[in-house]
Amino acid sequence: MSAILERTLDKRKPAGMNGHGPGAERAKSGLRIDSRFLPLVVTIALFLVMAIFGSVAYPGFLSAQVFLNLLIDNAFLCIVAVGMTFVILSGGIDLSVGSVIALTTMVSASLVERHHWSAGAVIPLVLLMGTAFGAFMGFLIQRFRLQPFIVTLAGMFLARGLCYVISIDSISITEGFFSEVSQLRIPVWGEATISVSGLIALVVVALAILIAHFTQFGRTVYAIGGSEHSAVLMGLPVRSTLIGVYTLSGFCSALAGVVFTFYMLSGYGLHAVGLELDAIAAVVIGGTLLSGGVGYVFGTLFGVLMLGIIQTLIMFDGTLSSWWTRIVIGALLFAFCLLQRVFERGRKRSA
Amino acid sequence: MNNKLMHTLTRHPLLWPVVTLALLLAINAAFNATFLHLEWRDGHLYGSLVDILKSAAPLMLVSLGMTLVIATRGIDISVGAVVAISAAIAAWMIGGSLVVHDGVATHVSRFPMPVAILGALLVALVCGLWNGLLVSVVGMQPIIATLILMVAGRGIAQLITGGQIITIYYGPYFFIGNGYLFGLPFALFIAAAVFVALLLLTKRTALGLFIQAVGINPSAAYVAGLPARRIMFWVYAFCGVCAGVAGLVVSSNVKSADGNNAGMLMELDAILAVTLGGTALTGGRFSLAGSVIGALIIQTLTYAIYSLGVPPEVNLVVKAGVVFVVMLMQSAEFRGMVATHVRRAAA
Repeated sequence: MSAILERTLDKRKPAGMNGHGPGAERAKSGLRIDSRFLPLVVTIALFLVMAIFGSVAYPGFLSAQVFLNLLIDNAFLCIVAVGMTFVILSGGIDLSVGSVIALTTMVSASLVERHHWSAGAVIPLVLLMGTAFGAFMGFLIQRFRLQPFIVTLAGMFLARGLCYVISIDSISITEGFFSEVSQLRIPVWGEATISVSGLIALVVVALAILIAHFTQFGRTVYAIGGSEHSAVLMGLPVRSTLIGVYTLSGFCSALAGVVFTFYMLSGYGLHAVGLELDAIAAVVIGGTLLSGGVGYVFGTLFGVLMLGIIQTLIMFDGTLSSWWTRIVIGALLFAFCLLQRVFERGRKRSA
Repeated sequence: MNNKLMHTLTRHPLLWPVVTLALLLAINAAFNATFLHLEWRDGHLYGSLVDILKSAAPLMLVSLGMTLVIATRGIDISVGAVVAISAAIAAWMIGGSLVVHDGVATHVSRFPMPVAILGALLVALVCGLWNGLLVSVVGMQPIIATLILMVAGRGIAQLITGGQIITIYYGPYFFIGNGYLFGLPFALFIAAAVFVALLLLTKRTALGLFIQAVGINPSAAYVAGLPARRIMFWVYAFCGVCAGVAGLVVSSNVKSADGNNAGMLMELDAILAVTLGGTALTGGRFSLAGSVIGALIIQTLTYAIYSLGVPPEVNLVVKAGVVFVVMLMQSAEFRGMVATHVRRAAA
């Protein structure tokens, strides 16, 4: 695990646009970790501690399958959180993700089951729908200078409401393609297997890292999060990037919805209630600053794994009830927000 | 003179909320002949309008607290969770079991009712203080600070209720949410009392001005010598208490506490009520009366949707439409765009 960490440390792009030059230069010297990496390092360390604790405390915890399950069971969360990372990096927020997932499952289920469309037509359609939904919200936010929070809140109402317009009840899917994909397991090594959803999540993370660090779009997102005004003055395409960020998040939500459909094999208006909060929590725990401009997609992956391992530990324990998950996630969110504040203050003082 | 009156009326910030409410009531009355009908039954007023007032009371309470928070440029998305926590505490402390004493079956509470109510409100206050602490002292963004309690709060409420729905059997407690005073729902009097107290506090003392100043520009308010942080801190604490009172009303009304679903999506309704009432989300000027009308608008809308036979869940689509329209109206860019179009069309 530490090998991966070191590699990402080296891969770090020059931090020209993040709006805090002096800190970046100091960081490279010796063993000192840049304060921007500290939340990420803390998260990974905490993840390792939890994994070791679980392995010692519970027999059967230390197996490749348990860890692969973290990814399989949280594939949709991972995909949504990746989209959310871009939104938060740009200094915004997207509260509509959970309901877009629900709408995707609902539309897929209704088209496949009630109208007998083929999966090959339904999946591109729902992806397009989610993307357009995100683009619409992005347009409102950008064009009319509306607060992202309130626009995506309305989007959340709209998407959930549309689910119920289609059907109040849950529609279960028995169609061949969906059930086959949902059962398909790809062997990794030994007995351990991964699902298609898990693979999709990994691919999304990899692509997102590429987009964030190696494209103009990604660099502009960081620049907007650092200071939108400066980004405009630098001549960066701020308008299209802002819309693009929400479009990307919409696409990720729809993709997560497809994955969620594989996972649940049903469409329901109450699917993924409150998922937006889990996604925000995963992004924050992964070390992305809520004020925008600082953070890594790679961290978000660990944020998601962290939420997963908390759930797994509570499940393995067996005596703790499931609502402890919410409390622990809340406590963790608090700890990381506090950590962020301490960094921000420290940086201001050193600047 | 008459002209001047007209001018004041058309410029009054409450004009649009009141017109919206009147329009909704008219639509209801048009589709449902008995809608405006009121009668005296079982010692209290009875009718659809009373129903709306009664079920709007918890939302009014939460919206009043939210108004002050939004006026200071903040937001509190934990109110729904606080409603659940307060309801859970009250339900647990009252509990109630059937005891047969001398051949007479009576419901006995675990703690005396005043203690239970005080306990629930105290816990709600602590929740509010926690939010205030994170926002004003630690300096977190309000949406994130209250997100923490929103996530953890439901878990805490579940913890209190043991993951079950606690049913309340203690009769006197039902008065809060179901009782009638002078023929009107008692819950309405609670909301009215909070409203009047707030109105006096913000209009008769400088507090209202202070809150507005903090909302318009926190640093300027601080430089001008206002205890900006302390004001923010107590505004969140107050919002917590409001949510706590709403929790009491809700749990008393449904005679149970459900950690998972009590106050669900209430934060969104409250924010919607506040914006409908004319308080800008960017802080500053606020209207308590507007928020009360906003809460009534939402409840009337819900009622209309129910009575039209549309599934209540579809309500969300309508609400979304309302939010989109309201926020576009508040956007200077949108108004500018419309104005240009109108001018072009006229020319």
